[in-house]
Amino acid sequence: MSAFTWVTQLLYVAAATCFVLGLHLMNTPATARQGNQLSAGGMVLAVAVTFALIIHAGVISGTGWTVMLTGALLGGGAGLYAARTVAMTAMPQLVSVFNAVGGGAAALVAINDYVHTGARVGEVTTVTTLLDVLIGAVTFSGSIIAAGKLQGLINAAPITFPGSRVVNLALVAAGIGAACYLIATPSTAVLIVVIVAALGFGVTMVLPIGGADMPVVISLLNAFTGTAVAMAGFVIGNWALIIAGALVGASGSILTKLMADAMNRSLRNIMIGGFGTGDTGPAALAGPGGDVRSIAADDAAIQLAYAQKVIIVPGYGLAAAQAQHELAELASQLEQRGVDVSYAIHPVAGRMPGHMNVLLAEANVPYPQLKEMEEINPDFPRADVALVVGANDVTNPAARRPGNAISGMPILDVDHAKSIIVIKRSMGTGYAGIDNELYTDPKTSMYFADAKTALAELTAAVKAYVG
Amino acid sequence: MTQALLTDIVIFVLALLVGFEVISKVPATLHTPLMSAANSIHGIILVGAMLLAASANNALGYVLAFVAAFFAAMNVVGGYVVTGRMLKMFRRRPAPAAVESREPEGALPGGADGAGRGGARS
Repeated sequence: MSAFTWVTQLLYVAAATCFVLGLHLMNTPATARQGNQLSAGGMVLAVAVTFALIIHAGVISGTGWTVMLTGALLGGGAGLYAARTVAMTAMPQLVSVFNAVGGGAAALVAINDYVHTGARVGEVTTVTTLLDVLIGAVTFSGSIIAAGKLQGLINAAPITFPGSRVVNLALVAAGIGAACYLIATPSTAVLIVVIVAALGFGVTMVLPIGGADMPVVISLLNAFTGTAVAMAGFVIGNWALIIAGALVGASGSILTKLMADAMNRSLRNIMIGGFGTGDTGPAALAGPGGDVRSIAADDAAIQLAYAQKVIIVPGYGLAAAQAQHELAELASQLEQRGVDVSYAIHPVAGRMPGHMNVLLAEANVPYPQLKEMEEINPDFPRADVALVVGANDVTNPAARRPGNAISGMPILDVDHAKSIIVIKRSMGTGYAGIDNELYTDPKTSMYFADAKTALAELTAAVKAYVG
Repeated sequence: MTQALLTDIVIFVLALLVGFEVISKVPATLHTPLMSAANSIHGIILVGAMLLAASANNALGYVLAFVAAFFAAMNVVGGYVVTGRMLKMFRRRPAPAAVESREPEGALPGGADGAGRGGARS
């Protein structure tokens, strides 16, 4: 190896080190920004090294430069614009789009490698190239469909058609079969079959998945993108890509598992498409098993304002109603009166892992008040009021008993609080389609209203009657 | 199986293990920024796109290079900027004004704002 190669390779290792340390710094909110900057520094280094390599090799044509720089500038501009303007409620869509372009770029690198250098028959390199094409293309189309569903451009409810599973299996068989054929026999036409089958499978894989399962799907597609990038690293023989891809693959896998566990569902169950109902939820007004007590704004406000400790339980419904600012306003009113306020956040509150925390952070809630499930559960018995806003299944005590749809699901111990106020539009059931026993608990009062309206009314009532 | 491929596989597996170790320590509060940060990191495929452009010598190669460079650059720039934007919102104490500030995080006494707002980074 020449000295130049040595230096460039070591600098790639340095860049990869920045990525690892950057992720490590994300273990507390206080150092997370530094982590992101360090990671960005690693990226700048990797790109600079690549420029040096390209100039040193001296084979790039003028057109090559033009194509690379215009593509990167336009893409960078598009990314910058999207990142600056996106609303925090739309983060899951944006992450999906970035998954799509990352996976797409990885697939293109492999496609080019196959076409450009010609297939090396029977070599392992061809296997990684084909894996990259398959995973990258599935990620690309799957992520676009996921983003479309999240944005509401595509119906968020599970979309299935007769024979959809047969189509799925056929696409998988076609993709893998064609790829196997290519290992033995190079052919550009068959490569196109692989690409089309993989793109098609991405679409049919995500279409039947309901909106509420999106946290799992986004995490899974994130893991796919990482794997595709790592495969691209094998293809072009670049360690930085392999390490970065493996890190993302690990991150996506961990989040996928956490999300699936928190929803009490297996990955297989989610991928096949089940009772996922998306944003709207079933309109059925299922008759509750017991008596329900409803409460007016004034009474609820007094109960909250005279409490010592209030735990707020925000859920998917809060995000859907985009009422996080109203919630933060109510909380700050209560805090001014000396009430100890904290937020109990279930892992699947929101539409992607950790989404609720970002929404509340945007609404100016200090992060030490945001408590994870394991941390807050022992506090519920000491809470005078638990205020549930738009959360349903994750508060249902039925999960502790065997024999129902949510048995075994980790839940927030809201029923252990001294009293409970639930803000909800109707008695409709949640995602799992079963009655919530919390609502018929004698300690529970129901406040029937849209989350945004209800929180505004409560805030006004606290100000008027107590303040 | 070549020595180079074996090395690549070893690196891949070890990086995967490091990833599991590091990422399992990230608290749930930061899972969205974590995913977004991971997203920016897979933007490293930009390196692949650049090398692709460097070796392209026909129309198909140039088209692939252009699209790959566009996608990858969008991934990198957008990923880092939006992660930074999100992390800026995580505060230990409520900010004085309840508006999403685009200012540099200048809550420290002593004017962290001194450098002005010339930088394009946000």
